[in-house]
Amino acid sequence: MAKLASALVSRLVIIVPYAWLLFFFLIPFFIVFRISLSQTAVAMPPYTPVFDLAGGLAGILEKAREFSVDNYVWLTDDALYFNAYVSSLVIAAISTLLTLLIGFPIAYGMAKAPRSIRPTLLMLVILPFWTSFLIRVYAWIAILKPEGLLNQFLTTIGIIDQPLIILNTNSAIYIGIVYSYLPFMVLPIYSALEKMDNSLIEAAQDLGCTPTSAFWRVTFPLSLPGVVAGCLLVFIPAVGEFVIPDLLGGSETLMIGKTLWSEFNANRDWPVSSAVAIILLMILVIPIVYFQNVQAKADSEGK
Amino acid sequence: MMKSLGSIRRSFAPWADPASKPFISVKNVTKKFGDFTAVDDLSLNIYTREFFALLGASGCGKSTLLRMLAGFEQPTSGEIILDGQNLAGIPPYRRPVNMMFQSYALFPHMTVENNIAFGLKQDGMPKPEIAERVAQMLKLVKLEKFAQRRPHQLSGGQRQRVALARSIAKRPKVLLLDEPLGALDKKLREETQFELMDLQQELGLTFVIVTHDQEEAMTMADRIAVMSHGKVVQVATPAEIYEAPNSRFVADFIGDVNLFDGTVIGVEGGSLRIETTSGIQLRMASPEKPASGAKAAVAIRPEKIRISRQPPDHAPVNTAEGEIWDIGYLGDMTVFHVRLKDGKVVKASSLNAVRAVEDPLGYDQQIWISFGEDAGVVLKD
Ligand SMILES: Nc1ncnc2c1ncn2[C@@H]1O[C@H](COP(=O)(O)OP(=O)(O)O)[C@@H](O)[C@H]1O
Ligand SMILES: [Mg+2]
Repeated sequence: MAKLASALVSRLVIIVPYAWLLFFFLIPFFIVFRISLSQTAVAMPPYTPVFDLAGGLAGILEKAREFSVDNYVWLTDDALYFNAYVSSLVIAAISTLLTLLIGFPIAYGMAKAPRSIRPTLLMLVILPFWTSFLIRVYAWIAILKPEGLLNQFLTTIGIIDQPLIILNTNSAIYIGIVYSYLPFMVLPIYSALEKMDNSLIEAAQDLGCTPTSAFWRVTFPLSLPGVVAGCLLVFIPAVGEFVIPDLLGGSETLMIGKTLWSEFNANRDWPVSSAVAIILLMILVIPIVYFQNVQAKADSEGK
Repeated sequence: MMKSLGSIRRSFAPWADPASKPFISVKNVTKKFGDFTAVDDLSLNIYTREFFALLGASGCGKSTLLRMLAGFEQPTSGEIILDGQNLAGIPPYRRPVNMMFQSYALFPHMTVENNIAFGLKQDGMPKPEIAERVAQMLKLVKLEKFAQRRPHQLSGGQRQRVALARSIAKRPKVLLLDEPLGALDKKLREETQFELMDLQQELGLTFVIVTHDQEEAMTMADRIAVMSHGKVVQVATPAEIYEAPNSRFVADFIGDVNLFDGTVIGVEGGSLRIETTSGIQLRMASPEKPASGAKAAVAIRPEKIRISRQPPDHAPVNTAEGEIWDIGYLGDMTVFHVRLKDGKVVKASSLNAVRAVEDPLGYDQQIWISFGEDAGVVLKD
């Protein structure tokens, strides 16, 4: 009896993640996907067909005939969308690289720090999350604007006499993304480096490696799962990032998140914005699947 | 004819030859971690092709000494000379020594083959030569079939072999081994001990091995340094360590021993007369002759104590009456715990040379223990 109950519990525990995925990913996905196959309408909600249960199954099937892929065709016709996707991917890739270049040394330093101060360092990395993301991005406006803190500081110490124009450029977007997503890069790399046995470095040095070559032949390859995880954790949300380009970027900066937002709110074109979202998801699913594979491989190779 | 200690006579004994120069010289080396002294004013000489063991309880500073030889720790004071070169300030990657780590420290992201080739590649050896050397190493440790495996796909014994192959692939002048067999089970450990000895002979390398297992040290080493609290207590061949320990600590640390505390009462020929605190009369051969009245202890190994039902001819010297208190049958031998009149328990062992004994000794039997004049060692402290 108790055995049966515990078997039941373990079944239920397995069901939880699937249920979560079903309710918070698959069902919303199908709702958005359905809208992306609809047409705009001046109505509430602003698209047709709208399903109701009054017509029964036959009614639903009847209305489903109205579905079309016009919105997807539309996206390929207008170069704006293509450019927005490409520019989002480029901006996300550059930001990810910058985040890696800054995040790796931070993670490395943390992993090499005395064991007693590591928890403190870890907390400092997570600390920014204690204030709202939006407030932190607004704070960057105050820092970067022509009469902002940065320019005031640089003028005062005499490095520049004309204020630097950073706000509303791509540079500001990079700064914003790197700043906001840095912890997502640092944490997985730190966790990979931290569990690495220091005797591996000693063994490498014993076999003739200078500290630098020991880093490239042992430390870095062993931190790769963390690097890949960090890069995906930064890249994926950065592609769809909307707040940072909107607040820090200029009007000429094209990012798909912003395009989606204006389709949805300014144009009230739910079907097209849904199609934009579906394609974005498809672009991101590829790296996610790749990430899963790498993870699974790393897991099966683990101790 | 000269008597030699133990049953083996080794022809290899450069330490006994004043003309031979040590290959490694550790001179007054001290290593402190903060206030804690891990290695304390330690001096040692190790000779070319020697199999040298550092033996001591856990935490006595063996690994620290080895790590100073490898270059992972710097001595707080003192110096280490290797092949005429002072090692001070020379980083690990420029020392002609290699180390086999206690944890093996195999690179998990590389195959067995690449692990072994690691140091050779780092030295820029040409590819064909690397391949040849790796094949040779794999053959040596009998892992040819496992060249393409990753460390996590190997058993503990196989990993140990990869670690060994990797550490000798570069043909170092000295191989440092930190508890190389610690993670293996008993049977495998014993097999591997002999393999390591063969390997050392074959390659003609100098081995410095760290172990806390006295049997392991006795089996493999040419000489053993017994360490305690960062100091070397005795450096000698296994037979000397066992038969002629220089202190109570060494006598007690290596093997089983019976210690009789007493006072010197005189000298008789080449022997010392000692009376133990409980009144047992001892006559022991001793090269040193402390004055009468000096405190002394006599250490006698269990296998050198005889048990008889009658007092021996030499009574009352080197004998005592007691009763059998415990009997431990170990197969190859039997260990008797004999309780003497004063309550002291003495261990005596005898080989079971025949399968069945007529009228064997039993519990509570009144017996005599006895031993010869050269059965024991007189210790000053
Ligand atoms: N890096 C270090 N920092 C502080 N103490 C250390 C360090 N390395 C070793 N010790 C201490 O030195 C002593 C000797 O250690 P070790 O040489 O590893 O002993 P063992 O003989 O067991 O190999 C131990 O008490 C250990 O705690
Ligand atoms: Mg140790």
